[in-house]
Amino acid sequence: MKLVYGKGNSTMKMKQRLGEKTFDFVNTLFMLTLILVTLYPFLYVLFASVSDPGLLAKNRGILFAPVGFSLRAYELVLNNAMIIIGYANTLFYVIVGTAINIFLTSLGAYALSRRNVMLKKPIMMMLVFTMFFSGGLVPTYLLINDLGMMDTRWALIIPSAMSVWNLIIMRTSFQGIPESLEEAAKLDGANDFTILFRIILPLSLPVLAVMVLFYGVGHWNSYFNAMIYLRDRDLFPLQLILREILITNSTDNFITGVAGGDRYPIGETVKYATIIVATLPILFLYPFLQKYFVKGFMIGSIKE
Amino acid sequence: METLRTETRETKSPALSTNETYWKRLAKDLIRNKYIYIMLLPVVIYYLVFHYGPMYGVQIAFKNYNTTEGIWASPWIGFNHFVEFFNSFYFWRLIKNTFLINFYELIFAFPAPIILALLLNEIRKMWFKRVVQTISYLPHFISIVVVVGMLVDFTTIDGLINAILVSFGFEPISFFQQADWFRTVYIGSGIWQGIGWGSIIYLAAMANINPALYEAAKIDGAGRFKQVLHITIPGIAPIIIILLILQMGSMLSVGFEKIILMYNPMTYETADVISTYVYRKGILEASFSFSAAVGLFNAVINFTLLILANRISRRVSETSLW
Repeated sequence: MKLVYGKGNSTMKMKQRLGEKTFDFVNTLFMLTLILVTLYPFLYVLFASVSDPGLLAKNRGILFAPVGFSLRAYELVLNNAMIIIGYANTLFYVIVGTAINIFLTSLGAYALSRRNVMLKKPIMMMLVFTMFFSGGLVPTYLLINDLGMMDTRWALIIPSAMSVWNLIIMRTSFQGIPESLEEAAKLDGANDFTILFRIILPLSLPVLAVMVLFYGVGHWNSYFNAMIYLRDRDLFPLQLILREILITNSTDNFITGVAGGDRYPIGETVKYATIIVATLPILFLYPFLQKYFVKGFMIGSIKE
Repeated sequence: METLRTETRETKSPALSTNETYWKRLAKDLIRNKYIYIMLLPVVIYYLVFHYGPMYGVQIAFKNYNTTEGIWASPWIGFNHFVEFFNSFYFWRLIKNTFLINFYELIFAFPAPIILALLLNEIRKMWFKRVVQTISYLPHFISIVVVVGMLVDFTTIDGLINAILVSFGFEPISFFQQADWFRTVYIGSGIWQGIGWGSIIYLAAMANINPALYEAAKIDGAGRFKQVLHITIPGIAPIIIILLILQMGSMLSVGFEKIILMYNPMTYETADVISTYVYRKGILEASFSFSAAVGLFNAVINFTLLILANRISRRVSETSLW
């Protein structure tokens, strides 16, 4: 290769190399900025949440460390009845909701990954059509009302029982499993349920992890259905409580016991502490699940 | 399997008996694959009830729905609700806001993950690339309530962002109270939350590009910039087009979940979009028929745009959804 470039080219090559060095430097700088911009808001919230409320109120602006130190906000948050109820409700919605999601999605994905099923195509088309067209918000709302699900826990679980997108990801993954495995089981008299639960699912742990992550995070983060379907505060998920605290700005029920002058500053740190408390589970699980979801995403994107 | 296939071919030829044999074959198939169909039963029921049910219910857009008579018995009134919507004071404002948010999203938010993916692909140190990726995916998993909550807090007049602005000598801005700022804040925070996650699909597509192409280009003397231009970008073009078609298909829909948290009467002028209007009219004010009509109008336009975009793309680039 060196022979190809004559002497006259060597300065050009040096220039090119210099250009690449500059590019690499600027690119690295850009990525560092991206990391900073992504992480700093969380760091800020973390610092502010453990800061001394009074000092923080006088010191609003960029923080590089907590100002003072106080866990008073966490004390208020963790002893607040609504936060605890919201947390418990959210755990229920996440666990039961995700279990139903995974069960139904596996059934559908398995059935639609088989060959020689005559109604496979029309059923698949029927599901995919719902990705592009829907009856809309109001007819759905009236349906939930007519089904008697209004103001019950089921309104947050049954209407979002599965997603076509996730079914396609799972189906693609199932299709990649060699058929010889099930053929052997079939000869031994295994039916499709046995094949799915005993052979296919145990071989599909990565895609199952991805599904748990997608559905689970979806349940953890959703607020809209709860907002329109629930009236009873005892059924509220955490996100709805968060919405009251962070966006409609009512920290009142936290600070009833706090003396007059301290109320405003404590209300502020309570907000930050609530964000941390509500986001911590996801931040904790995230690094462990991270390696799976890239894989799962790729499985889905190949066939798409 | 082989016999089944030949059977299919034979039954196709005698035109008169196809119908009957189709049902016969179906009956056989239902028995042979009974467990498969048992598995599909709950799935099909779910989609019929919770997705096709609302499509049946959308007929109230052409009716005067009242709760006592129900969907079926309420009286038909034709296109009155649509006409009322087209003539309403809000119509053009809603269309303009919805379209503009999408338009800016297309210009700024759509290319952002592509650019990030291209830049990430140029990082030679694998550990650094992994660190950047891991961190950039993170905001995708944070709930919209928390993201908007942080935004509200950071953009208050004495909040973090204004403190930074002031330290650079700018005037503080009350972002959430000014209609002019709404789109910028909405799209900017959207990019912040979605850029990393959006880049995954492009990085996956880049990983599938044949390395021999790069080798060949290097021998031909192509520098890194030319390699990106002539190999990487063409390599991810199909996936860009697919996502672009999907984006076009949602040209007249904006997720209401985030806007509902962000807007207030002071910013309605730029922030109120069709879906948020449907939410206010339908859920908060209980004008079910009218808002169902607005929603249906939106859904039909979206579906038409999707089909159109798909057709154009199939013709121009031979890439399409179906």
